[in-house]
Amino acid sequence: MTHPDSNRSHPCTKIIKNGIFTENPIFVQVLGMCPVLAITTSTLNGISMGAATTAVLTFSNIFISILRKAVPTAVRIPIFVVIIAGFVTIVEFLLRAYVPGVYSALGIYIPLIVVNCIILGRAENFASKHNPLRAAADGVGMGLGFAMALIIVGAFREILGSGTFLSGTPFMLTLPPGIPRTILIVLPPGGFLTLGFVMAIRKHILDKKKTVKVAENNEFTHCLSKCSSCK
Amino acid sequence: MSLPIVFLSAALVNNFVLSRFMGLCPFLGVSKNLKTALGMGAAVIFVMGTSSIITFIVNEHILLAYNLEYLYIIAFILIIASLVQLVEAIIKRISRTLYTALGVYLPLITTNCAVLGVAVINIREEEFSLLHAAVNGISAGAGFTLALLLFACIREEMVANAIPKAFRGLPITLIAAGLISMAFLGFGGIL
Repeated sequence: MTHPDSNRSHPCTKIIKNGIFTENPIFVQVLGMCPVLAITTSTLNGISMGAATTAVLTFSNIFISILRKAVPTAVRIPIFVVIIAGFVTIVEFLLRAYVPGVYSALGIYIPLIVVNCIILGRAENFASKHNPLRAAADGVGMGLGFAMALIIVGAFREILGSGTFLSGTPFMLTLPPGIPRTILIVLPPGGFLTLGFVMAIRKHILDKKKTVKVAENNEFTHCLSKCSSCK
Repeated sequence: MSLPIVFLSAALVNNFVLSRFMGLCPFLGVSKNLKTALGMGAAVIFVMGTSSIITFIVNEHILLAYNLEYLYIIAFILIIASLVQLVEAIIKRISRTLYTALGVYLPLITTNCAVLGVAVINIREEEFSLLHAAVNGISAGAGFTLALLLFACIREEMVANAIPKAFRGLPITLIAAGLISMAFLGFGGIL
């Protein structure tokens, strides 16, 4: 992947990065909050929900983008919803057949992927206006951004609440028994509290970065303006 | 399962917003003042009640009868979407003022996951009859409205408070929701 001009990256890479960072569905757009709070009692749940949503988002984006010229504008929303519901049904079947543990852990939140605002939002705002390749990149980027938020919140809640990390996988780690576990964090209120604190921390870091950047810029302009008088 | 228990469970103990996390978008979006919260709550109770009844009948007499139960996601979301359109048309005819007051929130009820959520819960509960489903739908809507109203009052108070910079906006809103949710944990002892 050595491009002669490293500044000009492929548009698809840009779209993926945009989904993960610049327009992160959870932290920036605040869409699709229900699963972020409901199923993030463990990291594994976060990973599986993130993967399921990314799959639905990518395939529905591609499909809607292919059909974008054939769909009449007046009835586009019901058509998009049916396409999304179709892919959710497929994902539900696959999970039930191959990973029944994940299927029962996510439970009712699998059919609810249909009403996740991110998926319809991307269909409406991106896939119906761009070619299939870009729509796929957007689906992957937004899906990964969503998964990242789920995994961060899930990891926080699992470590603080149950004292484990990645339980249910072969890589499970357990905190030493001396460290207290706060059961409240795994209960419903913990979902709200954890996401609230994670968002506040993110905002604090971003604010700091911004002030540093502004200060640097000021120094720069300061220097530039004084250049004529430099000796 | 007796009907009062279904009611208490859906409205308080397993409150849809505060313990199942369904319908968070309107919960965070519409709860800025009491009046819109009330209108939204009423519309949601109506849609959840009627959609519970219709999806239950469709599931029992069409999907199960013809071995089509794998189509439930598609069937339910279509029923809910058309129901919301119908409600929108009816409200527009009956009361112009209510229609303008609810504005964009009406069509958004389709993507309120509490509506699809209650329909799916109804068909997954083994011992539920049509009456149970209807009561469950209406009480879940009532629980949603209760949470929305409580939260609207708290947010109206919060505007005047000095909040640390990093917590302003969404973070403090989520933490406040967490505190109410903690209070709702206390209802767990009822059942």
